[in-house]
Amino acid sequence: MKNNKNGNTRKSRTIKVDYLARVEGEGGLFIKVRDNKVRDVKLRIFEPPRFFEAFLRGRHFMETPDITARICGICPIAYQLGSSYAMEDACGVKVDGPIRELRRLIYCGEWIESHVLHVFMLHAPDFLGFEDAIQMAAKYPDVVQRGLRMKKIGNDVMTLLGGREIHPINVKVGGFYKVPTRKELSGLMENLKWGLDAAKQTVELVATFPFPDFEQEYEFVAIHHPDEYGLIEGNLVSNRGIDVPISKYDDHLIEEHVEHSTALHTRVNGRESCFLGPMARYCLNYEQLTPLAKELAKAAGLGRVVNNPFKSIIVRAIETVYAFEEAIRIVESYEMPNKPAFDVEPRAGTGYGATEAPRGICYHRYTIDDNGIIQDAKIVSPTAANQKTIEKDLWNFVPQNVDLPDEKLKWQCEQAIRNYDPCISCSTHFLNLEVDRA
Amino acid sequence: MEKKSTETQSKPKRKPKLAVWKFASCDGCQLSLLDCEDKLLAVAGELEIANFPEASRLVQKGPYDVSLVEGSITTAHDAERIHQIRKMSKVLITIGACATGGGVQALRNFQDVNEFVRIVYASPQYISTLKTSTPIDEHVFVDFELRGCPISKSQLVEVICAFLNGRKPNIPAYSLCVECKRQGVPCVMVSQGIPCLGPVTQAGCGVLCPSYNRGCYGCFGPMERPNVAACCEQWSKLGADNGEIMRVMRTFNAHADEFRKESMRYENASN
Repeated sequence: MKNNKNGNTRKSRTIKVDYLARVEGEGGLFIKVRDNKVRDVKLRIFEPPRFFEAFLRGRHFMETPDITARICGICPIAYQLGSSYAMEDACGVKVDGPIRELRRLIYCGEWIESHVLHVFMLHAPDFLGFEDAIQMAAKYPDVVQRGLRMKKIGNDVMTLLGGREIHPINVKVGGFYKVPTRKELSGLMENLKWGLDAAKQTVELVATFPFPDFEQEYEFVAIHHPDEYGLIEGNLVSNRGIDVPISKYDDHLIEEHVEHSTALHTRVNGRESCFLGPMARYCLNYEQLTPLAKELAKAAGLGRVVNNPFKSIIVRAIETVYAFEEAIRIVESYEMPNKPAFDVEPRAGTGYGATEAPRGICYHRYTIDDNGIIQDAKIVSPTAANQKTIEKDLWNFVPQNVDLPDEKLKWQCEQAIRNYDPCISCSTHFLNLEVDRA
Repeated sequence: MEKKSTETQSKPKRKPKLAVWKFASCDGCQLSLLDCEDKLLAVAGELEIANFPEASRLVQKGPYDVSLVEGSITTAHDAERIHQIRKMSKVLITIGACATGGGVQALRNFQDVNEFVRIVYASPQYISTLKTSTPIDEHVFVDFELRGCPISKSQLVEVICAFLNGRKPNIPAYSLCVECKRQGVPCVMVSQGIPCLGPVTQAGCGVLCPSYNRGCYGCFGPMERPNVAACCEQWSKLGADNGEIMRVMRTFNAHADEFRKESMRYENASN
């Protein structure tokens, strides 16, 4: 750990960010430094609680995709599909064939829209030293325009399949209200092909960014499916030995309530914090990536596992390539199903669903009665699950950079938080940055 | 709109300052602004984005020419904060069902919020929240309310342009039925017997649900002077039970007057 005396020789400092920018929702950061040692790190989440799990009690099981979508405007599909899978699980229905393919397709739309928003508009300005993407656009107009067009293509996929990109109206338990014709879907093809090319260029661009030397050890947790990159179905797996069906989620990932956050923290049962999201999926689902995505990752200098959270931006770009490829595959092979949805009749029981939101696993568990009325609901957002890991990163990152002036240190801490693409609106049930060097 | 970079702009008169504020919400409505991909850089060229934390670290002090407010009031701190924002804003526009109708979090208004806290949080003493979720106009004067869960991007651009040019926004207050007929979408209630809130819901979504073979669920809130009772009676005739009617009235605009009152009628009837 370097400790030259050029910069801050004060005995104690407070780094404080009252309102974190370029994240979704309301949070801040507080870091206390004494004698160049970090004494406290708190990722503060003051997004007001909205009590979804409470008011879902007494609602009808078919309402969950519409209601839970409102947890998050950036990743509504994660909630719509997670809750649909949980209800189908409770009612003993398995959705497969073209409807399952369309679910993957709309989710690819959400990954593209959300990843591109984060890579270009929220995270890239940190690496290039701009306050925001609009400032960045003055110097790099082509890059920003390209990002906006890619994002729009993701939104177009969601709009075609879902009716609109924010809170789609066409997703239901069992499938969709209406499915597109082959012709309607093939209308997306030209843009998807352009998008794939733009996504390749994005990997090349972000690979040239300056990255702090910051390799960490993590327990990565993701959804794993033997035949496809984890997205909508599979086992809960980790690089430290978890490999169980989703119904065992609660045995392995435990939620805790801490005073400084309206978002519950998650830890691995018997161990420490967990890491969800693109780097976890990349580590655990590498074999299921396409040859092109693997090749681009190698060319970008990524190993088989990425342990530097600042490089999550490259992994997000790789996943964007994957999402465009997967969308193209689905559009090419699509056959319109006879019915837009499977029939789902309620029966008393508990169902589990977990899908890979752009930020990581989004877990749902519901208990319903014979009439389909919800008795109990539990929803865990990926950002809530990542909070402990974000704080741990800051505990390790600040000592390495304690010589930086306050303003610079503050910005880098914000960047370290944005590595996780935190979605605070989601996680409240779920952030304020302060560094106290007193 | 030209996609010229902002470098070469001459410095005419001062650009109007825009601020975006968030209260209890899902972030979707302010995301709509970033989702105006084609128009975003053009809008940014006409305005000074002076406070928009979701998009920028840069924060400029008020006063602001136009404030867009997303979300509902659910904490004592927020109930104070909205007054500060009103003082700093020449024009204050609320965007979305949370800000205009309390949002889905207003479902607490019908129950005991302390029980809600206990259901969700292991240590309820850490949580401070109000008993109700209320729209912004119950707290401060609002210049214009833009409806929707989420809002429509084209309506958002229309409202911003209208206020920048000192004219009234062209946002219809009639029902979704009018929009449906104009677009030639067959009535799902008449032709398929699907219960639909179109007759009492404000237009603006672009006829989404009926175009996808489902009934409207009211995410744009009540239209001007709706006949909610008659619409709900039609729901009954089509086989909806009292519980279902109460629930559909209590979703994303649960605190909007007309929907709230009707939901209470059906709650009493089902008990």
